[in-house]
Amino acid sequence: MDGANHNWRNFKSLLLQGIACACALCVIAPLGLVFFHLIRSGVGSLNLEFFTHLPKPVGESGGGMANAIVGTFMLLGLAALIGVPVGVLGGVYLSEYGWSKLNWWIRFSADILNGVPSIIWGIVVYALVVVPVKGFSAWAGGIALGMMMIPLIMRTTEEVLLLVPGGYREAALALGIAQWRTIVQIVVRTALKGIITGILLALARISGETAPLLFTAFGNRFWNHHLSDPIGALPLQIFSYAISPYDDWHRQAWAGALVLLLLIAAINVTVRVLTRDRFSAHGR
Amino acid sequence: MGLLSRRHFGDRAFKGLALLMALSVFALIVLIGLELWSGSHLALQKFGWRFLSSSGWDPVDEQFGALPFIFGTLVSSVVALIIAVPLSIATALYLTELAPLWLRQPLILFIELLAAVPSVILGLWGIFVMVPWLREHLFPALQSALGFLPLFQGPIYGVSVLAGGIIIAIMIVPIITSVSREILRSVPGLQREAAYALGATRWEVTRIAVLSYAKKGLFGAVILGLGRALGETMAVTMVIGNRPEIAASLFAPGYTMASVIANEFTEATTDIYLNALFEIGLVLLGLTILVNAAAQLLLKTFGGPGVARQH
Repeated sequence: MDGANHNWRNFKSLLLQGIACACALCVIAPLGLVFFHLIRSGVGSLNLEFFTHLPKPVGESGGGMANAIVGTFMLLGLAALIGVPVGVLGGVYLSEYGWSKLNWWIRFSADILNGVPSIIWGIVVYALVVVPVKGFSAWAGGIALGMMMIPLIMRTTEEVLLLVPGGYREAALALGIAQWRTIVQIVVRTALKGIITGILLALARISGETAPLLFTAFGNRFWNHHLSDPIGALPLQIFSYAISPYDDWHRQAWAGALVLLLLIAAINVTVRVLTRDRFSAHGR
Repeated sequence: MGLLSRRHFGDRAFKGLALLMALSVFALIVLIGLELWSGSHLALQKFGWRFLSSSGWDPVDEQFGALPFIFGTLVSSVVALIIAVPLSIATALYLTELAPLWLRQPLILFIELLAAVPSVILGLWGIFVMVPWLREHLFPALQSALGFLPLFQGPIYGVSVLAGGIIIAIMIVPIITSVSREILRSVPGLQREAAYALGATRWEVTRIAVLSYAKKGLFGAVILGLGRALGETMAVTMVIGNRPEIAASLFAPGYTMASVIANEFTEATTDIYLNALFEIGLVLLGLTILVNAAAQLLLKTFGGPGVARQH
């Protein structure tokens, strides 16, 4: 009787472990499927022309997304111009200064901002930038993405700065170095790799954002010659090609998606290499 | 003396600058709220509270009501949660309690990769791979098995509220999983050892010592996932069908608040139309802030600093 009960309990334990394992497989299955279809449908349309040419009008085959690829990098640069200084300095404040109640509210607000839907950022920057200057522009797109980066970078910067041992700060202050120079030259420098990791992760996160760009950068089928003109971006181009009725554009959308995903994967791999170094240096 | 005051100036200037940057998060929240508020004042004046309960959406007649979009957002998010929550929590349990050690790191890497796939790429996959498959296989099977429920009746188009819910589920699974994993990891090892010492099996340890301890935190993770689900835009827009109607069937096309903004914002020709879209943004913002604040409070009271940091 007791033995039967014991067997049943063990069987139940194994069964539920099996179910949990099946759930884990279900969770990663879409990833495999997305990768499989991206490679199957994307590789065929990927050639040198894709990286060097502008999009062709409907009906002409060929053409590429050179403008959108460059546009994505330009938008990331503009976003970093806003997001990095504000985010890093804000993170410095959270870790090095401030009092706990204020910092609690700042952290809380940053976490709330991280949860604001990206489409909201799009219409806010539309009202803030696009309406006053009466036109979509690369600036507007960069500002929208930059604002999204601020809370992301602030939180990661704070976290890596908190890992710097307090003794470093005390030693520098004891030598008579001013506090701000201690922070810049000792604390930030020690944690620099971690801060860069955080920045790269934030860039990877926003590089695939489409919704904030729809009404700010707007997209452009030609080269952007001026930052106050609309600019193309990979996610925008993928979106407009995907919902178009043309087979040729669908193929280009798959190729664009593959390039975008490779870009994001490259950033993530870089991060992995960076963090591995950091961990080995600390002997973890 | 001169040296000392210069140094004080440097210290004060740097601290002030850092404070300013840290306070920018408050400024951003206020800015978002104000811009949406002032962008929607015409609609706020004209429709008042009726905006939330009216279901007419007719740009030509200038009648706007947000109900179909609120309905579509809520239904697709609930569908997503029903699919994603059991999967995510089971996966998190597997990763922290049950899986062999060598398997954990690769699985975590895959889940992080899934989180990094942009919404628009998932939408592209959704349009060309998932929706046709749902139309040909899953939906007919569901209809023949559960067709007696109103939820699974009516014509099958493929693009539907259910397709939207599935794609949202794929997007929120990594978030719920990784936050749940952090929470399960913060359960003290003594809890488990005590249960093992009483002769509990692996599953019994998980259920008695781990799950009941982590309940509140896991609830926070789920609410955080809900916050993401409500605001998901691109992938949903591409598979939900974009038709502002309130239907009982999950196979019917729907529309969400985020998608209507994404689709119609640049087409909005009249002021009142644009204002109505801004007001939808305002409603969406209010909803996501409430949900996210609840999630953060739950997570912060559960695990102290660091639990919620992943996202």
